[in-house]
Amino acid sequence: MAFNLDLSGSSGYDVRQKRKGGILALPAVLWLGFFFIIPLVIVIAISFMQRGGRGEFIRPEFTLRWYETVFNQTYFPVFVDSIVLALFTTVICVLAGYPLAFFIATRKGRWSSSMALFFVILPFWTNFLVRTYAWRLILGNEGLLNGILMSLGIVQAPVQFMFTDFAVLVGLVYGFLPFMVLPIYSSIERFDFRLIEAGYDLGANDWRAFWRIMLPLTAPGVVAGCILVFIPAIGSFITPELLGGNQGLMIGSLIQRQFGGTGNWPLGSAASVVMMAIVMLALMVNAFVSGRKK
Amino acid sequence: MTESAAPYTSASSRVDEIYVNEGKVRRDMNVRRVGKIGLLIQPIAAYFFLWAPIVILVLFSFNDSRSTASWQGFTTRWYTNIFNNIVGSEARFSTSEMLQSFSSSIIVAVAATAIATTLGTLVGMSLARGNYPGKRIVDNLLFLPVVIPEITQGVSLLIFFNLIFGFLRDVGASPTPGFGTVIIGHVVFSLSYVAIVVRARFADMNPKLEEAAQDLGATPWVTFWRITFPLILPGVISGALLAFTLSLDDFVITFFLSGVGSTTLPVFVFGLLRTSVTPEINAISTIILILSTLLIGIAMSLQGREIAKNS
Repeated sequence: MAFNLDLSGSSGYDVRQKRKGGILALPAVLWLGFFFIIPLVIVIAISFMQRGGRGEFIRPEFTLRWYETVFNQTYFPVFVDSIVLALFTTVICVLAGYPLAFFIATRKGRWSSSMALFFVILPFWTNFLVRTYAWRLILGNEGLLNGILMSLGIVQAPVQFMFTDFAVLVGLVYGFLPFMVLPIYSSIERFDFRLIEAGYDLGANDWRAFWRIMLPLTAPGVVAGCILVFIPAIGSFITPELLGGNQGLMIGSLIQRQFGGTGNWPLGSAASVVMMAIVMLALMVNAFVSGRKK
Repeated sequence: MTESAAPYTSASSRVDEIYVNEGKVRRDMNVRRVGKIGLLIQPIAAYFFLWAPIVILVLFSFNDSRSTASWQGFTTRWYTNIFNNIVGSEARFSTSEMLQSFSSSIIVAVAATAIATTLGTLVGMSLARGNYPGKRIVDNLLFLPVVIPEITQGVSLLIFFNLIFGFLRDVGASPTPGFGTVIIGHVVFSLSYVAIVVRARFADMNPKLEEAAQDLGATPWVTFWRITFPLILPGVISGALLAFTLSLDDFVITFFLSGVGSTTLPVFVFGLLRTSVTPEINAISTIILILSTLLIGIAMSLQGREIAKNS
């Protein structure tokens, strides 16, 4: 180790400058430290404090009661519901996103491939609020879907699609599908299709070649997509608020309500901390899975 | 080809007799047929799913009926309504409020983009080129705002500003939430994206170019402005456009941080959406949709020109 000579040709001034590189990171680090890390630490601290009296949001006194509240009978079902909805969203996005990513990656010619990709990304760049709202026009009682169903005589009275878990699920899949397609697309694009041919030569059929060769090799893209879909889905606020109403309540709405006029800051903070813990758990599962792959 | 292939046909058919199980071949061909049909239908359905709501929204903003169940003829009256203070029958709506929220959106997006692009470019550069203790920590720090749910960020900043403002009030100042708080929040979530894009641009760049400039006697300052910056500029521009779009689109964090007078367009629209579904909202949504599509168009053509110039 003593003879750790650097033969890459980097000269003195280069090394000095690289050391100085830390200063360039300073403004961003300070900004994130002040306006991101400190606020998060405050949230964690407040989640262990008592609720304050008149005019005060908090009283600096240690308690675990808000975590008990989060896990009690009124709040726990909302958490379970949110996790289940986020998981369903993720699974549906994988099933719908993989074939779509395959379609985009296997277009012949760069132009048609980038057009196919462009038409997935474009809706994703338009305003999220507006896109989610648009589903009301389709799923509402006086919406297009009920209009079609009734004019075809399939149903006599409008079906209640809006303000159900189903509407929230549709909205979540719609909102986050591109997050799944993009990473899968980039891993399929790097996939060497000659491996499939090798599989055929060794007697595999299409299904087996996909299941045993292509899927394992493009799995990093799928895992990345799952993380990118699951995290915003579990913390979503707009979708359940606009499409779910009081039926499709999710953690996000629960947290938001604690910060309104007569809200309960410590309870809202505890719910935020539990949600962060779920997100961290998902990231750890991801790190574990991708670590084992290597 | 046929002549030379002929001697082998008998041999290969004999091989087939020995090794090929006809049932398996038929099954495999069926798998292929089903797969081919599935891989054709699925993308069509997916594109339909992605585009149907947008197309329907635009279409029904011109529908001559309050209901969206069927098409009743063409009208532009919902568009004239929103510029004449009319939305629905009971909802309160003011055109001047809408226009004010629009200009707030632009002010916030421009300021947040300027700050986030500067800080993001610097930190992206330090991660790509630097080698200093704590680099891994900086890397992980930048990753966090991307993965922590928006609502948690909004809530934590709300509490933070409340405490800070309470403290400042005790000192004698009278701060209120407004443009400042919203811009700070927007910089937090867009900073990382700028850094990621700029860093990726550095990865594509040849560091020898900078070394060459310094060997020829350029000072680090001159090297940066004459060599490094022009080369990473496309990355900086994409990062800035990303930050601008994210800022314009943001609802959740703005919702928690905006005060009276700093309401952005998404927050204004959310207020309307919660109360009712009216054709006028379809018209506003269509205008927003067109504006954001226009913005992306400009962004893409800018990038395209940049790429063309560099290649």
